[in-house]
Amino acid sequence: MKIIVCVKQVPDTNEVRIDPIKGTLIRDGVSSILNHDDANALEEALKIKESYPDTHITVLTMGPPQAQDMLIECMAMGANDAVLLSDRALGGSDTWATSNALAAGVAKIGEYDIIFAGRQAIDGDTAQVGPQLAEKLGIPQVTYVKEFSIKGNEIIVKRALENGYEIIQLRIPCLLTAIKELNNPRYMSVSGIYKACNTKVAVWNAEDIKVDQTKVGLEASPTNVYKSFTPKPKGKGITITGDSTKAVVENLMCALEAKHLV
Amino acid sequence: MAINVIKSKCKGCNLCVKACPFNAIDLIDKMAVINSSCTVCNQCISVCPFDAIEKEEIQEKVIDLSEYKDVWIFAEQRGGKLMEVALEILGEGYKLSREIGPNCKICAVLAGSEVELMVDELYAYGADKVYVIENPLLKNYTTDGYTKVMTEAITKYKPEIVLFGATHIGRDLAPRIAARLNTGLTADCTRLDISTANYMDYLQTNTTADTSNLDKNSHDKNLKQTRPAFGGNLMATIVCTKKRPQMSTVRPGVMDKREKDISLKGLKVAVECKIEESDIRTNVMEIIEAAKELVSLTDAEIIISGGRGLGDPSGFELISKLAEKVGGVVGASRAAVDSGWIDHSHQVGQTGTTVKPRIYFACGISGAIQHVCGMQNSDIIIAINKDIEAPIMQIADYAIHDDLFKIIPEIIEQWDK
Repeated sequence: MKIIVCVKQVPDTNEVRIDPIKGTLIRDGVSSILNHDDANALEEALKIKESYPDTHITVLTMGPPQAQDMLIECMAMGANDAVLLSDRALGGSDTWATSNALAAGVAKIGEYDIIFAGRQAIDGDTAQVGPQLAEKLGIPQVTYVKEFSIKGNEIIVKRALENGYEIIQLRIPCLLTAIKELNNPRYMSVSGIYKACNTKVAVWNAEDIKVDQTKVGLEASPTNVYKSFTPKPKGKGITITGDSTKAVVENLMCALEAKHLV
Repeated sequence: MAINVIKSKCKGCNLCVKACPFNAIDLIDKMAVINSSCTVCNQCISVCPFDAIEKEEIQEKVIDLSEYKDVWIFAEQRGGKLMEVALEILGEGYKLSREIGPNCKICAVLAGSEVELMVDELYAYGADKVYVIENPLLKNYTTDGYTKVMTEAITKYKPEIVLFGATHIGRDLAPRIAARLNTGLTADCTRLDISTANYMDYLQTNTTADTSNLDKNSHDKNLKQTRPAFGGNLMATIVCTKKRPQMSTVRPGVMDKREKDISLKGLKVAVECKIEESDIRTNVMEIIEAAKELVSLTDAEIIISGGRGLGDPSGFELISKLAEKVGGVVGASRAAVDSGWIDHSHQVGQTGTTVKPRIYFACGISGAIQHVCGMQNSDIIIAINKDIEAPIMQIADYAIHDDLFKIIPEIIEQWDK
């Protein structure tokens, strides 16, 4: 079985802080990590490999050259090889343009049975690249996968809904996006680290993947950032009063309702 | 568009490198160099003390977008019941359509099997038109089925805006449609604007954004789609000026639905639907509604925390009752945990769990620094305390200076009203 896992290197947003005076992000000391949901996507592929030892796993990402560190980490976890799409021409891509580039990368990798991706990345939180890649490749998708099983060509997954789940059956090839309920990602192993350090990450530019350059990068992206800004720091709160306990709580509920919190 | 560094002005001071949210600037030979991660978010331009960073505007090709008209919302229904968010985006879409102009209609698209009954409800909440796509194969949501019929309807009727609720279904469907139509999509929006004047008002009241380059009399009718990024640390407004329709998914619970008026009637349009079983490559075997599983403190939307002010362990019974009522999770201060009133797994703070719910109730908690560290990023903090001098009362958005044993039962009483 051939599996491609799409991953992204992201800043650890839990560590991102705002400079209260300048209103800008403070990135000092903020580490870059493998996106959480993507680690679940990779873990599921590794579990398949445990059951079917002839499984070959390729991790694929698009990003700046330093994303290689993350790919090496993925190989140390157990992926066979890794591809980095890196080119200034791909920079500034929105989700549509990113999916065009990834689709071209997948085409160069060749045959595959399953593509796994994380549901969404913690920096952008769009959850759009997975479905858009599936569309560009013309294959079916299931998003929000929380349970997975495979038998021959047939896959059965549980897809999380807000108030429950669906059980969905489909055939390979397909694209699945993982959520954290799917599994617990493993750590890198010592032998894995050794092997990963001796495996070269394939770095491909826009020409290598023969992508239509009018469909990637900032210029080609249908969406653009118009403005970016930070929310105003919270002002001082208010003390809620009232003639009776009932009135106090009524005033509280009104305040919450005005903010759409109840 | 692109960000350029003017080499003769750059002093290599590193300020832009630190300010960049995307790690897109490297310092090479004491010179800022923009790398491929750049999204032209413009954060670096204002921090440069030497005016060495500029945005290069490229003349955009003028294409005819005028044949695209009307605002559409995807009227998501499950099992014959409209989702709340569908009515919310209908309310928001109504507002946008009126801002665009008198000829712009607000239309709902209702896809499914036997959906007729929901049409009147959509009129009652403001829809001028309802496009009905009816087919037994659309009974349950499938990515393939709904993408096909929605894409065909959009291609035929050409709306200029299409909104979806950012539900597990909306966020599965909308990207697939946008990719097929080769248009832009903005995820999980929390604010939408057509009018530049309204947008400027919002920026000036709620944000630190510089609005000096905006004109409140502008005739710009592009949809300005605002959304949080980086876990809410940064906000961005996204536009899609070159392609149509402009598409967004909208976060549930943020927009206002309109007052229901059952006397309102609209126009129904039956959309021709060509779909076959072979178009749908996934088989929904079963849909299971489950009672909400107990969520962890980290994921909780609402947290009710108790502290020493509860007096004794039995105080947590009241806290649990409120948590059950509002669908929240029970938290605790270190003082309560150290007293043995509740298990350490409930502790919020530096030595416990760091949380970021939408609402944080601090009941009988003084607000020691070790506790505050773990909950200060909550969207709204409500403190109930008998001591008005308690530090928690200073950081709370809503402070109630009263006995929690009187206030909490009253909240339980009034919550559903």
